[in-house]
Formats: sequence, structure tokens, C-alpha cells
Amino acid sequence: MIRRTLFAVAALMVALILICGCTGTTTDQPPAEKQQLRIATTTSLYDTKLLDHLTPIFEKQYNAEVLIVSAGTGKALEYGQRGDVDVMMVHDRAREDTFLADGYGADRRVFAYNYFVLVGPGSDPAGVANMTPEAAFTAIREKGMAGDANVIFVSRGDASGTHSKEQAIWKAAGFNYTTQIKGSGDWYREAGTGMGATLEMANEKEAYTLSDIGTYLAYKGNLDLVTIVDEGEILLNVYSAMQINQEKFPDINSTVAKDWVNFLISDDVQKEIASFGVDRYGQPLFYAAKDDWAKIGVTEAEVKDPVA
Amino acid sequence: MYEIVEGFLEAVRLIVTLDADVMGIAVRSIIISLTATILAGLIAVPLGAAIYFGTFPGRKSLINLIQTLYSLPTVVVGLLIFLLISRVGPFGFLRLLFTPTAMVIAQTVLVLPIMTGLTISALSGVDPVIRDTLRSLGATRLQFLVNVMKEARFALLAAVAIGFGRAISEVGAAILVGGNIMASSFASSTRVLTTAISLETSMGNISSSIALGIILLVIALAVNLVITTIQHR
Repeated sequence: MIRRTLFAVAALMVALILICGCTGTTTDQPPAEKQQLRIATTTSLYDTKLLDHLTPIFEKQYNAEVLIVSAGTGKALEYGQRGDVDVMMVHDRAREDTFLADGYGADRRVFAYNYFVLVGPGSDPAGVANMTPEAAFTAIREKGMAGDANVIFVSRGDASGTHSKEQAIWKAAGFNYTTQIKGSGDWYREAGTGMGATLEMANEKEAYTLSDIGTYLAYKGNLDLVTIVDEGEILLNVYSAMQINQEKFPDINSTVAKDWVNFLISDDVQKEIASFGVDRYGQPLFYAAKDDWAKIGVTEAEVKDPVA
Repeated sequence: MYEIVEGFLEAVRLIVTLDADVMGIAVRSIIISLTATILAGLIAVPLGAAIYFGTFPGRKSLINLIQTLYSLPTVVVGLLIFLLISRVGPFGFLRLLFTPTAMVIAQTVLVLPIMTGLTISALSGVDPVIRDTLRSLGATRLQFLVNVMKEARFALLAAVAIGFGRAISEVGAAILVGGNIMASSFASSTRVLTTAISLETSMGNISSSIALGIILLVIALAVNLVITTIQHR
């Protein structure tokens, strides 16, 4: 009897959960007029909580629902090429240009910028504080190759925008990344993960790493890492958003994607971006691109002209 | 050490106060994995029975293959489903990538082999005397089948529970096809316990990680408890 009752209860629970499961995944769809926008974003915009701050405003204004997948720029571009998202938010000019030229992307707009920083342990075992980025990288490599166990560089190693920038700095310092840096010794370690996690790893290993200033400031509370090098033209970091080309993927939700890109370059949101984080970190995590297009080397149209 | 204790206390607070975010993630995990388990069960139990009662060439090799697939790596399943449902993939038109449905599909595929295999084992475990008795009493094919299944019901339930345990504790497929999304509506979000734990840990939010970890552990242990209780009857 007890056995039978138990069985009935179990069956009832399964049935209930089945009902919940079905309703949870089917009838709970947002009402038809609510448009879904899929964004693939670089990890720094996500880890700093900037998008968490902006999406509710957008959702209310446009009656949309924003779905964000956070991945390195490389992976985001991959999602874009496969047509799995409507909009990409990335920071790797060279690869964006290729992406646009190949016809995958359209209507790029630049909405924010900041700088990369070389962070590391306070003891600065390689003694590179306040050098130029190129000189600092060279010195870290030299000490690492010489077998100084205290000198470690943690790389994102995930084909992200930050990883691209790191490679550009190695190149500017006169090294061939694939033959002279990658796998050249125990001093150079690839994390293969997002910015936040890489900072955590560098902190754990008392190592140097290249980070965007935004993520570094957002994580600073949990870290013992300090800024080692933060000046140099090569450290400029420009964020842009673009739609996935509708000609390639006709069923991309381009209306809401266009709204999002225009939303980012609108005056109000530019103000939001410029003031984001000031109350918490005492300095902005991002600068608005709107009036600084000349400074960051992009066209005026790219920061001001709404997507038609 | 201090960090762990502090994290643990915060975790207890999050659980006791039924923190909305944490509960949402836990409930989503259970719904997704349970849906997958039920779907897989609906396929695996009849399939296992068909293979066990069937006589066809290659039956032995098929059973071996199913058992080999017990250790199907979750990321491989994730990758496979990703390629199938990504927009440029064969099922791209369904627009399933980064949805809870995609996670259900991936987890269903993941636990199908283990549930099918355990169904076969469960039926093999039925006392031959019972089968002989059924036959000698002149049971029809259907009666025979139903009664053998009934005899094996506890082992079958254990097979389902083990499948659920594997589904809810995997992270590889969940992150690849789900994308760890936290959206404003419950149904569009794909953040579950395992993916949330890896994200929170990478963000240094140790207390949230511990809270989510405890919940996942409790669910997994509860499932195990169910299995052992069933098997000791």
C-alpha cells in the first residue's frame, strides 16, 4: 500500500513537472510584439556591467528583449559569421574591417573607447613600471626567457580583441608572435578565457597581463594587481557595434538591431556611457566616442550618423 | 580559509532568504534537466526494451556501442548540437541556438545512451523464474512485456534518476548551446547552476558560487538518495 502511494506521488510529481516544463518553455514566450535582440559581446563590456546598465533602458524604450552572449571578439565574430546573432559589439578594428569587407557585417558605429593597461604584481619583478608598452613587453620577455621564475605573463589566448592588441604590441616590439612568444617558455601562459577570469588568474599567479582598463577597474576590489604601464598610443581601445548583414542572413532581426546601434550612439546613452562607473570607481570605465572621433582615428560619420 | 567561511555564510543567507536570482537559476536548471530526462526516458525505455527483447543481427555490438557511449563527453555533444542548430547548420532555420530548448536537446542526447543501456541492464536483472512463469502461464506477448517491465520498475526508475544526475551536473554542452544568458524574462534565459558557477567563480563572486554549488550538490545528492532508496527495497 505504502509502495503504491509512493508511486502515485512520484507519478504525480513527474506529471506536474512535465506540465511546468512544457509551459515553461513554450507558452511563456514573450508576447508577439516584443522583439528579441541577440547580441554577441566582447567580455569586457559584459564583465564591467555596462550592458547590464544599458539593456533595461533599451528594453523599456523599444519593448524588446535583449539576449546577451558574452565571448571574446574572435568568438563573437564567429557567431556573427554563422548568423547566430543580430548585433556584435567588439573591439578589434582590423578584424572588423575584414568582417565588413567579407560582407558579413554592416553599419559599424563606434560608441566608446578607453585604454588598455599592463597590470602586474606590486613588486614589479621585471622592473618595467612606466616604460613604453613595447619596452615593458620586451623586458618581461627577456627576464622570462632568462628563467626568472617570478616573471610570468598571462595572455588571454582566446583570439579576443585584447589578445589581438597584445599580439600587436609584441609585433611593435619587434617579435614574431607565433615563433618567439607563443610557447616560448614557462613565463608565457595562455588563459584561454574571458578578461575577468584572466585577471583572476594573473592575480593568483602574481603575473603580468594586458587588460582593458574597464574590466580591471571593475575587478580591482578583488585583486592585488596594480597598473604597471598605462601610457602609449598603442594602448588605445575602440569599441564598436555593427549589425549582421541582412543580405547574408535575410531573417536577421534588423529593425531592432538598427535600433540598438542607434541607441548606443544617441546623445543620452553616450552620456550614460561616459558617466558609467564614476560613482563606484571614481573614474569612468569608458569614454564616449561621440566628440573624440578625431582623437581615436575614426570618421565622424561612424560616431554620429544614425543607421538609416 | 576566511574567504571560504565568509562565502559559506553568505551562501546560507542567499539560500535561506530564497534569493530571487539564485532560485531562478536553480529552478531553471531543474526544469531544463528534468524535461530532458523525461524526453530521454520516453525514448530510452522503449528503445532499451526493444533492443533487449528483440532478436536481430548485430544486437550484441549495438549494446556494446551503447555502453561505450556512456562516457560521451558533454562538450562533444554540445559541439555537435551547436553545429546542427547554428544558423548556417542544417536546422538553423529553427533559430534554436542560445535557447533553453537547445539545452534540453543537448542534454537529451547526452543522457540517451546511459538511460538506454541501464534500461537493458534493468531488464536483464529480472529473475528468469518470473519470465518462465509468465510464459508457462500462457501470457500474451504484451502481457509478458508489461509484467517484465513492472518487475524491473525500480531499476528503470534508477536509470532515469542517473540520467537526471548526469544532465543537471554537466556544464560543457550547457555553455556551448545555451550561452549562459541572463535575460529579463525567465523563459529566454539560459543560465543554469553549472554555467552560473563557472561565471561567478571567474568573476570572483565566491559567495554566489558557493551558494549555487551547495544547491547543485543538494539536488545531486537528493537524486542519489532516491536511487539508493529505490534499490534497497
